Amino acid sequence: MRPVFSVATAVGWRMLHNNFTTPSLLIPGIAFPMFFFVAFAGGLSRVNDIPGFQFPVGYTAFQFVFVLLQSAAFAGVFTGFGIVRDFETGFARRLMVAAPDRRGILLGYALGAIGRWALTAALLTVVAVLAGMEVGGNGVDILGLYTLAVLVNVCGLLWAAGIAMRLRTLQAAPLMQLPVFLALFFAPVFVPVELLANWLETIARVNPVTLLLEAGRSLIAGEPARILAAFGGVVGLAALFAVWAVRGLRRAEAAGG
Amino acid sequence: MSLTSQVLHLARRSVIRTIRQPANWITPLIFPLALMAVNTGGLDAATSLPGFPTDSYLSFFLAFPFIQGALFATVNAGVDLARDIQTGFLNRLALTPMRTAALLVGHLGGVIAMGFLQAAWYLAVGLAIGVRLESGFLGGLVIFLLAVLIVLAFGSFGALAALRTGSTESVHSLFPVFFVFLFISSMNLPRNLIETEWFRIAASLNPVSYLIEAIRSLVIEGWNGQALALGFGVCIALAIVGLTLSTLALPGRMART
Repeated sequence: MRPVFSVATAVGWRMLHNNFTTPSLLIPGIAFPMFFFVAFAGGLSRVNDIPGFQFPVGYTAFQFVFVLLQSAAFAGVFTGFGIVRDFETGFARRLMVAAPDRRGILLGYALGAIGRWALTAALLTVVAVLAGMEVGGNGVDILGLYTLAVLVNVCGLLWAAGIAMRLRTLQAAPLMQLPVFLALFFAPVFVPVELLANWLETIARVNPVTLLLEAGRSLIAGEPARILAAFGGVVGLAALFAVWAVRGLRRAEAAGG
Repeated sequence: MSLTSQVLHLARRSVIRTIRQPANWITPLIFPLALMAVNTGGLDAATSLPGFPTDSYLSFFLAFPFIQGALFATVNAGVDLARDIQTGFLNRLALTPMRTAALLVGHLGGVIAMGFLQAAWYLAVGLAIGVRLESGFLGGLVIFLLAVLIVLAFGSFGALAALRTGSTESVHSLFPVFFVFLFISSMNLPRNLIETEWFRIAASLNPVSYLIEAIRSLVIEGWNGQALALGFGVCIALAIVGLTLSTLALPGRMART
């Protein structure tokens, strides 16, 4: 196996092991998306009746897409907290000395983030289906939705990793979290973009998360729209954040881990 | 030293400590308003639902920051008290002639001071961005009183958690629990417009709904005796329970340490 992959599998496995054996890491990652889903889809289902609100498969599916993408982004960001912890405890320093190809470290963290989110996504899907969520899309559409979410997860991880490797302190946590939080919530979370208040609509229309949400919702409804633009956008973002994260890795190397 | 003097010293210490930790007072001042902005922008269209009690979602939602701010103040203050236990400050205090009641009252004095500041800020921001109180100036004073009482009631539970566990981490972990109470309430829609039955029942059983509805009634309705009686009644009952349990827990903590 090439060094980059052997490092990646080792780091990824460690991240998953830590996450799945530490309740304080595992439970919030699962509980918060469930809670948001229950609170939004359950408490706001009447929003479906607002004049002009037209979503063919109902409000539960409308909210499911948001919570799925949100959980993906935050699983990436929370993995960033794990990276910082590795730096603070000195583990990252030892990891850098031991790794023959350090890009594998970054890839391993990404694998850990995806694995971590996969469990949340599976449970969220089960809860949504049990809650009576309607799905209009076929298998390909749904695969597209989850692929979109995986790419959002990778974006979240690479963004947080770039910060974590530059600052290497848990005090940077708000810097990882807040921009992601703002990007997610300054988007059409509760209603379609045309029903937002004017000031929020203006922001939402230039926010790339809006494109991802609209594409994701169109996939679950079985009426795909702007899919290429959404995938192009999220792959572009991932590439940008990959450069950001690799540069962060180089900074951490220069600083001696 | 008289009891009053002991209380004042400890309350002063509590306030100064809060001021010296900007995250503890900036977050409760900014974050609830940011969430209010996002929610009001996103759910503004909900006012067109038949039976919605006002045509301004901003006015409808203004009660939210008061409750969320109280949660922040409570957790921060609880963490401070738990830190006093962890660092041995309480041990040293136990060696002085200070009365145990002074510790609790002094600690809560600091929380209430924070509550005053927050209530003034939320009300000022609300009025500045166009909210008009249907209950007038006197209603504003009642909102103030209720907000401070809510901080006292929640604060007593924060103190109880600190005294029972003596752990900052345990008090921190209470925040998500409080958050659940906030979200499974009538914060986003009036209870009669919540369509999902289990959610409506949960919101009706949740005391936080009545605190929100009491503040909300003063903003959008004027003087609603039932909402105010329920709000003040729930708040006073919570404060009595929280204070009683904290008072009972205090001698045990002082003796054990």
